Amino acid sequence: MNEPIERQAVISGAAQSEIGRRLYRTGLDLTIEASLRAIEDAGLTVDDIDGISTYPGSGGPFGGISGAELHDALRFSLNWRDGALETSGQLGAVHKAVLAVAAGLARHVLVFRTVVEGSGGAVRAGGGGGGMGGGMPPAFQYLIPYGVTSAANWIACYAQRHMHDYGTTREQLGAIAINARTNAASNPQAIYTDPMTMDDYLGIRMISDPFGLYDCDVPCDGSTVVIVSHRDYAPDAPNGAVHVNAMGTALRGRPSWDQFDDLTTMAMRDSAASMWERTELTAADVDTAQLYDGFSWLAMAWIEALGFCGKGEGGPFVEGGSRIAPDGELPLNTWGGQLSGGRLHGFGFLHEGVMQLRGTANVQVADCEVAAVGAGGGPESGCLLLTKEIR
Amino acid sequence: MSDGPPPRFISPHAEGEFYWTAGADGRLHLQRCGDCRRWIHPPGPVCPYCHSRALAPEAVAGTGTVATFTINRKEWIPGFEPPYAFALVELDEDPTIRLGTNIVGCDVDAVRIGMRVEVEFEENGEFFVPLFHPIENG
Ligand SMILES: [Zn+2]
Repeated sequence: MNEPIERQAVISGAAQSEIGRRLYRTGLDLTIEASLRAIEDAGLTVDDIDGISTYPGSGGPFGGISGAELHDALRFSLNWRDGALETSGQLGAVHKAVLAVAAGLARHVLVFRTVVEGSGGAVRAGGGGGGMGGGMPPAFQYLIPYGVTSAANWIACYAQRHMHDYGTTREQLGAIAINARTNAASNPQAIYTDPMTMDDYLGIRMISDPFGLYDCDVPCDGSTVVIVSHRDYAPDAPNGAVHVNAMGTALRGRPSWDQFDDLTTMAMRDSAASMWERTELTAADVDTAQLYDGFSWLAMAWIEALGFCGKGEGGPFVEGGSRIAPDGELPLNTWGGQLSGGRLHGFGFLHEGVMQLRGTANVQVADCEVAAVGAGGGPESGCLLLTKEIR
Repeated sequence: MSDGPPPRFISPHAEGEFYWTAGADGRLHLQRCGDCRRWIHPPGPVCPYCHSRALAPEAVAGTGTVATFTINRKEWIPGFEPPYAFALVELDEDPTIRLGTNIVGCDVDAVRIGMRVEVEFEENGEFFVPLFHPIENG
């Protein structure tokens, strides 16, 4: 294999703003806070940053914060900039920054995702949007009329079929939620930290079968920033640079919430497959997995898609929680995930992957050298394989 | 559901209007390619398979099988009262055609994957909304 182009890039800095359920601060304010922290973390100054990449950009249904506003607020001078929704999920903003750095269009790209859903999203229980009126994209015009405006409903349909075909149980989904809650207790920025039992999980009100409230992530306010730099800079990064070993960007099935060819997986099937096609590392080399749990079942679907177990075996794999615990064979969502850490929309997993490889996580996995990060549900999907050393 | 049809926010795109109006004659219509004869959903301007523009709505039997479903138990839209069943129904003419719909005419807790269903229409303003109910002994 020729060296994949993403190995030219490293993550030289990572930081988050204050994170909370309702902070009543603007998205731009939070983004500036995280940006300045991340730039300092990378050992850089505002003048060193020559690129900005964000998901999903301003406008659209997911409440993006404008990269241009950040650009102007800190008076960056940029050689490259991007912010868009139609990409390889939330991590698409990282993928594009990596490509820009590898292509020489920029040397240090500031990549961010900011959410203000806690303060702003009165109607959101979990992922997805509230009521939508006219002017919606055609793909949603066959869902919204049936009272299903939330990704909770759309993803619940896939989880239901997974249960039907493979015997997956609510208790198995609960193991993912409980693992997240247990880990969140050590994360000072996490939203939900009270211990959760299986009885708590099973007893909470249902949202959209088979999902109850604790299968849905918790909206919050917060900004996450990483600095993507050329690997030449790695020796100068004061807190260590994390290497990008491979990225997964594919969407080979239909770009749809309801028309994907396989009702027991989603686009992570394709992005995960494309990531493994770009590396000699395998699932057995991964020391920790930080996998999107906007809804509990998505993390299970990611576990299967990345090959940590066979297709349909995600339920037995997570059952009881010991395999996915911090001292298990696949420590999962050690920061608490979106289920308890807060819905940072993919970037919480990325931040934690960087911390794990640096050895500075709140719940640190021993000898952590390879981290798999996957973000997205439905047709939004992308992943990264990050390594401590260049591999 | 409560008295009267729920708010459905139907706002058809150019090629999709027939889906919500053709039910006036009591039959479900889907877009079909006049050249390769494949069914297309959601409707579009060009056949995704042979790129023909000879596309037209055509009536189908209106029967199918529940591929999967969810019972929504939270109120997202005022006036659209939970619980209600949302299902993806695979059409008998082509199981790769999968229609989102509400399952009506039975208790929501009776909905199952593999359940045989057939179309009915809810008159909702100017639209005829395709819904599905179980086929007895289906
Ligand atoms: Zn055709």
